[in-house]
Amino acid sequence: MNRRISNNIATSVFILCAVVMIATLVYLLGYILTNGFAEIDWSFLSSNSSSFQEGGGIKNQLWNSFYILMMTMLFSVPLGVLGGIYLAEYSKPGKITNVIRTSVEVLSSLPSIVVGMFGLLVFVQYMGLGYSIIAGALALTVFNLPVIVRVTEDSIRSIPLKQKNASLALGITHWHTVKTVLVPAAFPGILTGVILSAGRVFGEAAALLFTAGLSTPNLNFTNWNPFESTSPLNPFRSAETLSVHIWKVNSQGIMPDVLEIANGSAAVLIIFVLIFNLSARIIGGVIFAKISGKK
Amino acid sequence: MGNYSYEVENLNLWYGDNQALFEVSMKIPYREVTAIIGPSGCGKSTFLKMLNRMVEMIPKVRVSGTIKYNGNNILENYRAEELRTNVGMVFQHPNPFPKSIYENVIYGVRIQGIRNKKKLDEIVEKSLKQAAIWDEVKDRLHTSATGLSGGQQQRICIARALAVEPDVILMDEPTSALDPISTLKVEELIHDLKDKYTIVVVTHNMQQASRISDQTAFFLNGDLVEFDKTDKIFSNPMDKRTEDYISGKFG
Repeated sequence: MNRRISNNIATSVFILCAVVMIATLVYLLGYILTNGFAEIDWSFLSSNSSSFQEGGGIKNQLWNSFYILMMTMLFSVPLGVLGGIYLAEYSKPGKITNVIRTSVEVLSSLPSIVVGMFGLLVFVQYMGLGYSIIAGALALTVFNLPVIVRVTEDSIRSIPLKQKNASLALGITHWHTVKTVLVPAAFPGILTGVILSAGRVFGEAAALLFTAGLSTPNLNFTNWNPFESTSPLNPFRSAETLSVHIWKVNSQGIMPDVLEIANGSAAVLIIFVLIFNLSARIIGGVIFAKISGKK
Repeated sequence: MGNYSYEVENLNLWYGDNQALFEVSMKIPYREVTAIIGPSGCGKSTFLKMLNRMVEMIPKVRVSGTIKYNGNNILENYRAEELRTNVGMVFQHPNPFPKSIYENVIYGVRIQGIRNKKKLDEIVEKSLKQAAIWDEVKDRLHTSATGLSGGQQQRICIARALAVEPDVILMDEPTSALDPISTLKVEELIHDLKDKYTIVVVTHNMQQASRISDQTAFFLNGDLVEFDKTDKIFSNPMDKRTEDYISGKFG
């Protein structure tokens, strides 16, 4: 076979793979959005779900998803970013560092249902948090932490060594170099990674089944005192998120409009995940342009 | 202070099991230009990085001997940060931070705690003038330093090193990534700076060494072969190996 033919075959194979990927994505998105879009209106987004009647909404589920997401980020971003900085800048090559790095990798490949069972045992039962937002957020932290550690470490390592040398050679301490040179330069990468991981957390269901629970108490959206049991802000109440709701409606729902609710919820979920992904790209790009001063 | 910025005695350095410097002893005179020449891998950059201890960045480095900087041994009980604020360094590839020209120049002094805007403006102007680049950039101090040409970036880096008021400047092949005109400007700058600073330049360019330096050290395979007045090294070297190297027989 001559080289031109093999080159053409290779090119075609790569194009074919790309087409298969794009086609799958377009089909999936198209299917979910066309089926779900018709169900989404203001009353669907702003009314309570019903357990057996027609016309239930997803207000509480949507709120719960965002609240758990926020709390997960509150736990995992500081811990993950500091851990990533440690691995990139402070850890010395050797046994301990290898153990840490392997642990992070294993954590990131744990099936989410296993994380859910772990959460049930440790956070829900052993720590006595019960089915609660905080237990769900802790389980999702276990799930999200390795991603953020990884993204931070990679972003910091990708900064050219000469930048770091320039700072150290001026007599700047390691800590100030990390703070004023490395972290600012790595910031767009870290932020993009955090937003992308937010999309993953937002859509997670399995880890929440046994930690945040399958139901939501009646919420009073005029009561913002986090210590009262009907407050939407109370972190110790159980909370069904949007993706858990989709699973529950599909498997146990007895309302006549099960299909419509599931379709609508799926579309809302997908739209938010898409927003996270697109904003990660846009914000990352804007900040990168700003920091590198290309004007 | 005395007449020497550095007095190096019996310096040995190992990277893991490989010895890179053997019993190097030399005295670097105060406020003169000292050039270090030699073929690739001879240890000249390693020696330079010893002078501000940047070599410690590399894992598994071991050192023996003494390096006295202004009379104090920097290998014992000496903070690297303190040394490096007095000993500036310019690297082979220009490495400005991806910040504005102004921010680049004041980076070091700002972290030392100078906050006064007027003082900072003065430092920027003085450092950029000393680095002979003030006229080229004075109207765009707040644009990105990475948008400048390589030669301009290198002079911004020199200004950044000067801003923290060192008394020694180390230069690691500062012109090897620059075009001939930029090279000429940096060489003129080195000539101007030696009134106020001790300068140590590593270069693989022998013409450059003969143009800019007062004395020249020739390194080969980790040994300091010869160290003398530049005129003497280039006209009448003592060692056969120096003669072979500068006449282009190897390296």
